[in-house]
Amino acid sequence: MADDAEKDRSMLLQKEMIGAHYRRLELAPETREPVVYTFVPGNLTELIRSFGALPVLPEINALQSAMRGRSMPFIAAAEKAGHSEDVCSYVKCDVGMMKAGNIGPTGTRLPRPDLLLLSYTGCYTFMKWFELLREEYGCPTVFLQVPYQGDGVETREQRAFMVRQIRETLIPALEAVSGRRYDEDLLRENLARSAASEDDLVAVLQSAKGRPSPIDAYFGAVYYVGPIFSAFRGTPEGRAYYAELRREVEERAARGEGPATPAGRLDRQKHRLVVEGPPNWTHFREFWRMFADEGAVVVASTYSKVGGTYDFGFRHDPSDPLGSLADYCSGCYTNRSLPSRVAMIESYVREYGADGFLIHSVKSCNSFSAGQLTILRELERRTGAPGAFIESDLVDARYFSAANLKNRLESYFQMLDARRAGATA
Amino acid sequence: MRCFVGIDLGSTTTKAVVLDTEGRVLGRGITNSRSNYDLAAEVARTEAFVSARFNHLEREVERAGGAAALARLLRAFRMEQMKVQLANLRARIGDEIGRTVAPGRRAAAASAVEEIFRRIDGEEERRLAEESPPARSDFFRDAAGSAYARLAEEVAAPAGVTFDLLLGLYDKCIVAVENEPLALGFREHIGQALHRAEASGAVRAAVEASATAELEVAGTVGTGYGRARLPFPKEQVRSEILCHGLGAHVLFPGTRTVLDIGGQDTKAIQVDARGIVTGFQMNDRCAAGCGRYLGYIADEMNMGLHELGPLALQSRRPVKISSTCTVFAGAELRERLSLGEKREDILAGLHRAVILRAMSLLARSGGIQDEFTFTGGVARNEAGVRALEGLVAENYGPRRINISADSIYTGALGAAHFARRGAAA
Repeated sequence: MADDAEKDRSMLLQKEMIGAHYRRLELAPETREPVVYTFVPGNLTELIRSFGALPVLPEINALQSAMRGRSMPFIAAAEKAGHSEDVCSYVKCDVGMMKAGNIGPTGTRLPRPDLLLLSYTGCYTFMKWFELLREEYGCPTVFLQVPYQGDGVETREQRAFMVRQIRETLIPALEAVSGRRYDEDLLRENLARSAASEDDLVAVLQSAKGRPSPIDAYFGAVYYVGPIFSAFRGTPEGRAYYAELRREVEERAARGEGPATPAGRLDRQKHRLVVEGPPNWTHFREFWRMFADEGAVVVASTYSKVGGTYDFGFRHDPSDPLGSLADYCSGCYTNRSLPSRVAMIESYVREYGADGFLIHSVKSCNSFSAGQLTILRELERRTGAPGAFIESDLVDARYFSAANLKNRLESYFQMLDARRAGATA
Repeated sequence: MRCFVGIDLGSTTTKAVVLDTEGRVLGRGITNSRSNYDLAAEVARTEAFVSARFNHLEREVERAGGAAALARLLRAFRMEQMKVQLANLRARIGDEIGRTVAPGRRAAAASAVEEIFRRIDGEEERRLAEESPPARSDFFRDAAGSAYARLAEEVAAPAGVTFDLLLGLYDKCIVAVENEPLALGFREHIGQALHRAEASGAVRAAVEASATAELEVAGTVGTGYGRARLPFPKEQVRSEILCHGLGAHVLFPGTRTVLDIGGQDTKAIQVDARGIVTGFQMNDRCAAGCGRYLGYIADEMNMGLHELGPLALQSRRPVKISSTCTVFAGAELRERLSLGEKREDILAGLHRAVILRAMSLLARSGGIQDEFTFTGGVARNEAGVRALEGLVAENYGPRRINISADSIYTGALGAAHFARRGAAA
């Protein structure tokens, strides 16, 4: 697809950071930097990094592969190995990549893990996924059990339970694979940088309350949350990125400009939307363009909270390092109950002055998709804002039907127009 | 006279509706969409204007020559249109014989084809002479195809060629004929039709008076699956969901819920008292349970689509079928037949499965409110309607179910009303 989008400075900076990280991972067997595979929700990057270890995030590899058009051969390889069409496409993309020699999305080889760190946050597939990796790599595995927030709050006992696991199981495991002693001062320094970056990220995400919104809080936010959700939270590079990103967005807001999109800069914003659910990665820019072409900007999204719900006040706390890591794991979006998710989206619709909300349901992800229709009905009831439901997948291109999605989106946008015209008639 | 045009480019058929300034229907046109949306739109539009002309003529010609004179004039006009297309088909088959038939068989093939067309011409003449000739398909492909196949069977052996050869020639050429823009409009053929119908001077005068009245198009809106192909600016294109909602409202103003089962889409739509869409759900990219599914079943059973419903209604013990996968339609059918199930019982089960799938979409869209309007090709299938009535009563209690004889035009009707509303705005 022809794409005349301008790229933000921060996007270019991020590209360099990611490229450098993958190169460093490729060299890890020589530099002897330990490698820890872990997942985005509940990732304990500050702690991992404090041991001089490098994180690898399999679902980031999967989505990065899909964005580069490389996921389908990996999925085919996994299906050939016996995984059914209905298995999470992130898992199949990762398994297929592993079987094809573990060449990462940027074309560099990924190292074998020294430790598999599973911090469960609302997704049972993660466990099965890491069981497959453990089978393949035969390395130590730590399973940090994070209690599901079924009642919407983290109890004192739950918090203590998690802190104990970190202290008694995870830290010794990290000491063993890295050969280093736990250094709490170093962890505190990392956490302080995290908290400052989180302040910047929240300022960036909340800039979408402005009109026009200087950001797209779904498609654009995918880039904004990239470093903090992956290997860079608490690192000096991450800190520099967020300072730069915030500056860039505040400058854009001051000029009254909208975000860069695949359809050019979106200054004339006709529809303000809240979106629930992950994006499609195989046709990411084409999908984004379906919104931008119609003048639709996303002002808030839940996907940009899967790696942390900072906009509701949580910050990593250097004065309580392990306690705040436990709080972080508990509060990730997929670990929250349906009522908490509804309340969160409701607050977005109201606070960001949204015209409506969209649910993008993905075939692969039950953690996200189960209950989404209930969410839709409840939100319509509470806010009176019109909702719509669209479907595709994360990294399996077979489930992306451009004509069908465009049809539904255009219908939805025209419905918003008609309702608006009806309201003023 | 000012008028408004709505065009619905469906995946199976393309429909056009012409309205006057009061919103009354002046004319309707329909054609098969073939794989050429541009041409299908033009053919349907021309047809709608032809029918608008005849509707406009109706009172005048009836006064001058009676209802029989009008019917005869219309038949003569259709025959003129048919002749243009037959001449084109005949010429193309002649070329095809010269290009692809072995030299030794060319003469025999050419003489067989000549004989087929001579007999078709004779049948058309007899059709014109009959007061109420048997109904036949609106589409040239079907009308000419069934006559050609029937006559080819008669002439093949005496002419010394195979039936397969003759049918192959037709199959190769019909697509090209369908895709060639031919002048089939009112003004091109009314003169010859008057002559052929041996119209009286009074009828000629009435036609003359009426034919000079200009139909001035004041607005056009396009919709349907292929709407992106319409040569209209974006403002003149509306989603089919909005058009079906408005069309259903125009047909039945009490409508609050609409179900449309089309060729490859099923849509469940909620509308307000003004016909504005308030919510909708539609199937994802999989066309399971849509009209096309019944089309495949009809092909598998070697039956016409219109014969499925009546046969299903004869069922005493419908078979329980849960899969409506279009791809496996044939396999499903053969499996049931091999188990010894009766054709009518299988068909009744299939119709119920189609409607059950639609019921799920209706539930997801917000349920069935009173009144409930059923549109699309499947609304013409009595077995589908019977299954729907049962399931609606079972799940929602008494609901008024509206089905229009012209339901296939609902989307085009809504589009034409959008054009009229647009002009009024």
